[in-house]
Amino acid sequence: MTKDEHKAGIGGMANPTRYGIERVAYWLMRLTGLGLLAYFVAHIYETSNILRGQVGWDEFLALTQTTEGHIFLALVIAMCVFHTVNGVRVMLGHGGIGVGTPARPDYPYDPASQNYRHKIGIYSAILLAAIATMYGLAVMFGE
Amino acid sequence: MAQVSSIANEQTSTPVSSSKSVMLRISRYNPEHDDSSKFMEFNVPYEKWTTVLEAILEVKKHFDHSVAVRYSCRQATCGSCGMMINGKPRLACFTKISELDSDVVTVEPMNNFPIIRDLAVKFERLFDTHQKIKPYLIRDDTELETDEREFLQSPKELEQYIQFANCIKCGLCNSACPTMATDSSFVGPQALAQAYRYVADSRDKGKDSRLKIIDESHGIWRCHFAGSCSQVCPKGVDPAMGIQFLRGYLLGFRS
Ligand code: SF4
Ligand code: FES
Repeated sequence: MTKDEHKAGIGGMANPTRYGIERVAYWLMRLTGLGLLAYFVAHIYETSNILRGQVGWDEFLALTQTTEGHIFLALVIAMCVFHTVNGVRVMLGHGGIGVGTPARPDYPYDPASQNYRHKIGIYSAILLAAIATMYGLAVMFGE
Repeated sequence: MAQVSSIANEQTSTPVSSSKSVMLRISRYNPEHDDSSKFMEFNVPYEKWTTVLEAILEVKKHFDHSVAVRYSCRQATCGSCGMMINGKPRLACFTKISELDSDVVTVEPMNNFPIIRDLAVKFERLFDTHQKIKPYLIRDDTELETDEREFLQSPKELEQYIQFANCIKCGLCNSACPTMATDSSFVGPQALAQAYRYVADSRDKGKDSRLKIIDESHGIWRCHFAGSCSQVCPKGVDPAMGIQFLRGYLLGFRS
């Protein structure tokens, strides 16, 4: 970002406070995407421990049985569920599905693409992620 | 924060009978000799109908005529007066101070546009990307050859694109877009919405050539449907809708 271009930059891109729940969903989608990518790399590293034999494998797996390990896995569940459910909404939107119908706009120009179907989709993704995370936590800490 | 000035006791074009006043903070920056921007503050009286542009013009008239601001029509038609008003891109002539519901109004140049000076920004890139998507009807038979050969269109066909034809090229959508915030090469919501405006026009035959133009790495694929463009558009264009329809063609959801 050069001063010349006066770009809002990463701060402006990531600021989720100004443009409604759709911008929050955009931000969460990016964040969970990066989080899942990091998990994917860590997961490959984790499973590669099998090369160290049964002992190495068990040693590494024990890390996920700690409180920190459980919280980390709960976060992965949250990211995974949100990214999947919101991803379906975004994919349909990207195909032009559920984004409204063109019409002569009337003041105050509520944009048809930012409609209740997409809002319901976003809130559902957040809710389902929260439920799945709580279930995961109950299972992991309930052992 | 160099100075706070008040015009309450001076003669103003806004009636001084107004009991209300607002603190107007104007971002000042001249890229030719300033290292960074700074704010100047002014107390400006306002009425229920006073717009942010009128308040800025009051400041220019009474305190500092050097404040750089671009405007022309004062009625949300020319697209000149876009700026960040309390952190959001809006038209200064279309934003009433009373509707901001704040005692402080902060005006800054639009994000994602190079600054000329103070509140005035360069539009070259927006005009370039607009031109790139071929914003005109493309046909094999460009000239009307006989009297009866008008390019007829039904009201239903008109409805398909008329809202996108409302665009005044103000750039607010490009300023709100999260992709434009970091990607200097992204074609942007304004140009993409205009690509759809022509693709959806029943008289146009340029769909394939326009889809080819936007089907590149800094083209339509950089849109992530955050929808901020549609939320700030002052003319009801809803660029996000047009962009998703356009992508629907490329993904095979539409034909
Ligand atoms: S689409 Fe709307 S916000 Fe964007 S340039 Fe056109 S009128 Fe302005
Ligand atoms: S002055 Fe023309 S749009 Fe504001």
